[in-house]
Amino acid sequence: MKDTINLNHGSGGRQTHELIKSLFASKFGMEEPLTDSAILNKSGKRLVFTTDAYVVDPIFFPGGNIGKLSVCGTVNDLAVSGAKPEYISCSFIIEEGLPMDDLETIVDSMAEAAGAALVKIVTGDTKVVGKGKCDRIFITTAGAGYLEDGKEHISTGSHVAKGDKLIVNGSLGNHSVAVLGARNSLNFSTPVLSDCASLNHLIKKLLDGCRSIHFMRDLTRGGLAGVLNELSEMTGKGISVSENTIPVDEPVRGVCEMLGFDPLYLANEGKLLIVAGAEDEKNIMEIMKSDPLGINASVIGEITDKGGQKVILKTISGGSRILDMPSGVQLPRIC
Amino acid sequence: MKYIDEYRDRALITKLAGKISAAASREYTFMEVCGGHTSAIHRFGIPSLLPKNIKLLSGPGCPVCVTGTDVIDRAVAYSGMDDVIITTFGDLIRVPGSETSLERKKESGSDIRIVFSALDALDIARSNPVKRIIFIGIGFETTAPGTAVTIKEASKAGINNFLVLGAHKIMPPAMEAIVSEGTRIDGFICPGHVAAITGSSIFDFLPGRYRTGCVVTGFEPVDILQALLMLIDQVNNADPKVEIQYKRAVPAEGNRLAQKNMKEIFVTSDAVWRGFGLIPASGLRPGKEYERFDAELSLPVEVPFHEENRNCICPEILRGLKNPGDCPLFAVACSPGNPVGACMVSAEGACNAWYKYKLEK
Amino acid sequence: MCLSIPVKIISIEGQMAEVSAGGTIFKAGLQMIDNAKEGDYVLLHAGFAIQKISDAEAEETLRLLKEINEAG
Repeated sequence: MKDTINLNHGSGGRQTHELIKSLFASKFGMEEPLTDSAILNKSGKRLVFTTDAYVVDPIFFPGGNIGKLSVCGTVNDLAVSGAKPEYISCSFIIEEGLPMDDLETIVDSMAEAAGAALVKIVTGDTKVVGKGKCDRIFITTAGAGYLEDGKEHISTGSHVAKGDKLIVNGSLGNHSVAVLGARNSLNFSTPVLSDCASLNHLIKKLLDGCRSIHFMRDLTRGGLAGVLNELSEMTGKGISVSENTIPVDEPVRGVCEMLGFDPLYLANEGKLLIVAGAEDEKNIMEIMKSDPLGINASVIGEITDKGGQKVILKTISGGSRILDMPSGVQLPRIC
Repeated sequence: MKYIDEYRDRALITKLAGKISAAASREYTFMEVCGGHTSAIHRFGIPSLLPKNIKLLSGPGCPVCVTGTDVIDRAVAYSGMDDVIITTFGDLIRVPGSETSLERKKESGSDIRIVFSALDALDIARSNPVKRIIFIGIGFETTAPGTAVTIKEASKAGINNFLVLGAHKIMPPAMEAIVSEGTRIDGFICPGHVAAITGSSIFDFLPGRYRTGCVVTGFEPVDILQALLMLIDQVNNADPKVEIQYKRAVPAEGNRLAQKNMKEIFVTSDAVWRGFGLIPASGLRPGKEYERFDAELSLPVEVPFHEENRNCICPEILRGLKNPGDCPLFAVACSPGNPVGACMVSAEGACNAWYKYKLEK
Repeated sequence: MCLSIPVKIISIEGQMAEVSAGGTIFKAGLQMIDNAKEGDYVLLHAGFAIQKISDAEAEETLRLLKEINEAG
């Protein structure tokens, strides 16, 4: 059972991390810490470079589609690394028989998303494979941008310190629930929309307006719990978050309570975690609340010294428990 | 959310925790026998609210965990048949059988579908008249009535391509197996949703024959804490009895309509509980009038004899004799991604909860 | 697996109901519930309503708990 790739390897949790570390990073000679984008040096300007693949099922879901997702996701990977996103490449693998209308809708969404994020899609590739050889359409992107001065620490977390505050820009789990609802296989219908959005404009406002932002990451596969555990491991610090400060919309709660999901482990496509010095908390919240993508922002916890590398969740009942790294597949093909 | 949030009130929880500490004048060991309670207790961090002299044990309450390997093996064998669609609750898909799991079979092309309800499986049968649809019926008395109703509907509608691989079990025989062995348990946290169907009298044997009290409990933190307070009072006053804490969902007589459906469709049978062995009259199978819906009778298959890993101590964990941390395989050879024993396979198993919430030994 | 939460009946057609959990709609079989009405709360488990929630009992439980809360 161990010699083949299985779904767990693509889940974004523990097994994915192990595969990346032991196979790709080691064979490609990649250095730790492994961040969302690679920061490359070239005379004067520092290039930030990222890549992503999109295999979401279904390709159309409330709040977006695979095209919009691919642009926003790539923009976000660059932006949370402290870069100004500039260029995107996209390569399409299309299953024979995909209706042209569907492709056009997807491409329109990509153009619209790129326009809104002020990035250019500058190159691409198209392949078509026989029926059954891929599921309708897969999109792989690469994104490039330039690192703003003095922002290298944003992705590595090297400035994260005890007492720093943890802030998210809104409610969790919406993308996963919207996609799951659209799959129709679990027989529920929900008003929840995917939160798929480009965060670079909000991030720029935050980075321009605040002096002590120490870390950012977007909350995709593995959800908030995944990122908190990555952060704890990278910095060697303890983290404490309070369940009653983590925003979750009612219909998302309904799905989670009924189907046994934990919203802290669900993928998002328009949410990020910011870690900043306590002196910037008020500033960050003001900037967030005045932006449509940050209206439901919330301070959810802080960096502690207690217990070393552990993420502790204070539950709604006032108890506490460990919030572990996600393991295995929460929901397959969610992005 | 109504009927949920009121029972998560922080002030009330703190007050109840305080009352528990005040009343807990000696050592207490209480056991829950419901996967829903296992996960609620850990999810809400209940142990961190209790004094050290209260010990909470997890019994055989996770239906996925106690489903025998033979059920998976049978389902795997059926999934290899050309005209068969396997329908199952999601919880079962990753459970390892002797050789493989339903998830692996699905990955390699077998038609295996996750359903939320037995009625969904029946719908699939309606839309696929040339296929045989086999529904894996696992779960305790909370879930069994749904399967019974579905079999009844299939019968009424004359649907003849719907089969049930019967693996439902009933709780009291397993509870009696534990108590009669003499394990020291001061009281049971009884499964509230099982009792919503059966009523509370199925637990009468506990105080009646074993002088052990019990409280039928809900699943919110306030419910669990209130039930613990009631159990402590019973022990302190040496007054073991059956009480209902979860009154909003459990009338003493349970759900008569559901009971009627169960009685009409099912008969009790001997059943193998993984980690426990055979427990007489603890399973449910379609009775004579509905035998044609029994997959095992219509489609006999050979299943390999499965020997559990000798180092796996699930049998002792399920009886409350040992903790997951005591197992030599725990977190080493046995983890949620690669479960060896029954208690690790499901999100509601004791070992899985222990691992997920990183409990200390 | 024992997952079951209180949901509100939004509409009924024959033996099936649409029920709401925080605004997300699920389907529930009413075969085990007598006299279900729109607006009733039921426990939803594996696609079936398995019991009605008694508002009276819920009120009584909360009243009792309130007493405990307010006492010393």
